[in-house]
Amino acid sequence: MGMTMTQKILAAHAGLDSVKAGQLIRAKLDMVLGNDVTTPVAINEFKANGFDKIFDKDKISIVLDHFTPNKDIKSAEHCKQCREFACAMDVTNFYDVGEMGVEHALLPEKGLVAPGEAIIGADSHTCTYGAVGAFSTGVGSTDMAAGMASGEAWFKVPAALKFNLIGKPQKWVCGKDIILHIIGMIGVDGALYKSMEFSGEGLKYLSMDDRLCMANMAIEAGGKNGIFEVDEITKDYLKDRVNRPYTVYTADADAEYEKVYDIDLSQIKMTVAFPHLPENTKTIDEVGEVKIDQCVIGSCTNGRIEDLRSAAKVLKGKHVAKGIRALIIPATQKIYAQAMHEGLFDIFLDAGCVISTPTCGPCLGGHMGILAKGERAVSTSNRNFVGRMGHPESEVYLASPAVAAASAIKGYIASPEEV
Amino acid sequence: MKAKGKVHKYGDNVDTDVIIPARYLNTSVPAELAEHCMEDIDKSFVENVKPGDIMVAHNNFGCGSSREHAPIAIKAAGISCVIAATFARIFYRNAINIGLPIMECREAAEKIENGDEVEVDFDSGVITNVTKGESYQAEPFPEFIKEIINKGGLLNSLK
Repeated sequence: MGMTMTQKILAAHAGLDSVKAGQLIRAKLDMVLGNDVTTPVAINEFKANGFDKIFDKDKISIVLDHFTPNKDIKSAEHCKQCREFACAMDVTNFYDVGEMGVEHALLPEKGLVAPGEAIIGADSHTCTYGAVGAFSTGVGSTDMAAGMASGEAWFKVPAALKFNLIGKPQKWVCGKDIILHIIGMIGVDGALYKSMEFSGEGLKYLSMDDRLCMANMAIEAGGKNGIFEVDEITKDYLKDRVNRPYTVYTADADAEYEKVYDIDLSQIKMTVAFPHLPENTKTIDEVGEVKIDQCVIGSCTNGRIEDLRSAAKVLKGKHVAKGIRALIIPATQKIYAQAMHEGLFDIFLDAGCVISTPTCGPCLGGHMGILAKGERAVSTSNRNFVGRMGHPESEVYLASPAVAAASAIKGYIASPEEV
Repeated sequence: MKAKGKVHKYGDNVDTDVIIPARYLNTSVPAELAEHCMEDIDKSFVENVKPGDIMVAHNNFGCGSSREHAPIAIKAAGISCVIAATFARIFYRNAINIGLPIMECREAAEKIENGDEVEVDFDSGVITNVTKGESYQAEPFPEFIKEIINKGGLLNSLK
């Protein structure tokens, strides 16, 4: 029996000729990631268990992105602990305020993830790097500590779901709409323990920013990882970023999938996920009038340059509705500079938006845009759980940057075609 | 090894944001996290929970964030075991890694009700509902995972 892309990468990293779904393996890691929320717990575990050396100073990334710039004293202490550890261990890829970005936008941008690599991160959205053809999955802090010490992690080899993408998306439909559509279809545990493998001729219509967004949300379907077939678009993206050799794995013709879904991209409409689960999706024409108080455009899902361009296209020459707070959060310093140089900041500022330094901030109800009781936000982030962006009785609606921008102008969830 | 206690019962998709809201993640002290465990969906949990109590839920328990603070908060609140029909995979790993006992058992998840007195035998995987006079058989852990648990967690198993 043949192997999927994920299974081939895991076999190679476990030193095995082949693996099959359900097999428990120990695999070598190419990158171990943590942030300012999860790394302190990992450092405590690392030290409490008597470890004093990391396995490879170039293969650990620590990014201070969640509650930074430090939102309070306790967060400042956590960041200080990360900073001191990174310095003591001489961690090459340590990113503090001024260099940092939202981790899952930053690592691909810097070429720290490449096809065929095996990556763990103490953050559930580590699955993002499947967009470049890597095996990449979220773990907890203890796994991060073990990974930093040993350079290895244990995995149960996942079974797979194949998403065969065909057709060309309609105007305004982007990676976010496609992945929300898929999660709406299979549910928040539809890919539980499984890999979501994306391929098909429709890939050629999906930019890297679309793919990063889609792989990012594999976890919202319960997936262990999401992974895209590597093509010319991927290679072009990696050209100036990754100098080390990498291996491109393609699935065997007889690879086993628990299910194959044919997804006709041309049939997908703009999609919004209603509270309080990402699977509660409606197409834009089914939404009805949902008044909002806040619009957030950013996060590891949709804080990349194409997302900001898409929002700017909608907001250009317009103004956000009275009483609506519109927050724009470029995901990295580079994206921030690029958006500024392209003139997007003028569009956002003229429209009455505020522009934040890179941070995860409001996405997880940390800071920079918390909701009061009864308030509603439309957000380009990835989760709309109870209390995710603030008060337990607030609500989050997940949407694409274009829909979020149109909603800010209208004051209720709207299509960019309406503005 | 056995656990015995009163059940706190929840539904599907109990996510890590309700187990421990991110607004409290500026600490990693277990006792501080425990003070806010489950508060967004069950304000009374922290008041009512007693050491040894058992948490039972339906599908996809612990979905969402990878925060290890979630199983840490549950454990520090005094819960001796979480039983669910299915667990989200990162929560499953984290629970094993930090030594919070978990059991996958669909029948138990369906039949056990809030407030039932339940006993769990970790070696045999038998869950006894003392209140109802029923018992259910949980999926045993694979040997590989038993070894991690027996060695006292993931980091100890590396030494």
